[in-house]
Amino acid sequence: MAAADVLPETASVHWRRRVDAAQLRGRGRLWTLTMAAHVVPFAGAASLLLWMQPLALPVALVCFAHAWIIPELYAQRGANVLRPARRMSAADAAPGPEQRSVGLLGDLVGHEARELHARTGLVLEPGRLGAWLVGEKGAVLLHGRRRLRAYCYCVKVDPRRPAAHDLPSGDRIAHLLLALRSDEQGFATVANLAFAGAPWRLRRRMSRETRAALKAALASDSRSSARL
Amino acid sequence: MAKLIRMDHTGHSTLAQWTAGDPAAVQAAVTVFRAELDRGYLAMVSTGPGHAEHVRELPVDAELVIMRLPISGG
Repeated sequence: MAAADVLPETASVHWRRRVDAAQLRGRGRLWTLTMAAHVVPFAGAASLLLWMQPLALPVALVCFAHAWIIPELYAQRGANVLRPARRMSAADAAPGPEQRSVGLLGDLVGHEARELHARTGLVLEPGRLGAWLVGEKGAVLLHGRRRLRAYCYCVKVDPRRPAAHDLPSGDRIAHLLLALRSDEQGFATVANLAFAGAPWRLRRRMSRETRAALKAALASDSRSSARL
Repeated sequence: MAKLIRMDHTGHSTLAQWTAGDPAAVQAAVTVFRAELDRGYLAMVSTGPGHAEHVRELPVDAELVIMRLPISGG
């Protein structure tokens, strides 16, 4: 890949291996193993306790609760990347700049993506690795043909830049979208993976509005896979 | 007419406008473009649906050049 095509921000994470489909699958499997390592011991201990002493039911229930809540907390962390950014000031949420930023974002995407953004606040962007949902402070990639996983990335306009704090929502998304379009693998390399798992686990932790975006992304991803 | 814009707190600001046949306007745009690069902005040009390119020199024949801030993992 020519140096000009590589996302400049990857230089700040030079120790990371560039993300590709094989690495994504590996990280997805690692996440599944991690979840199993959390769930199986607690569920096993709960079952063993019940088998050995039924009166230990309260303790077994606590173990089961741990087995349930830990994956849910991870899924919540994943869903958080699609939540809107907290407004830093009143001017930041002013209607004028918001409208202008959304107008520019609308110019960058097609009609369907524009309509989806108006309903959900998220932009659907097809990529080589899969379908992306881009929000103000993160993005979700749906990847995998045989086993579809949602990869939730925490990524935003560099907060060390003072100008980053006053950006309206449309501009925050446009920043991520342009970076994604210029170098998808570089984008995934720069971003921090917050969660990887089955889309249904993510869906349960998402708001009603953003679920519609996930549904559209799933439909888009299946159309893309069918074409391959 | 081609435009150089910067995404900022106003939504976006138009920094320069030019046509390829107007050398003075092009030179002014190049000057502004370099100043923005020096401030740490990155320049992007759309190159078709779903594609964008990072540029280090002002592409005079582009319709729209967008200056953005760097991104980072959260």
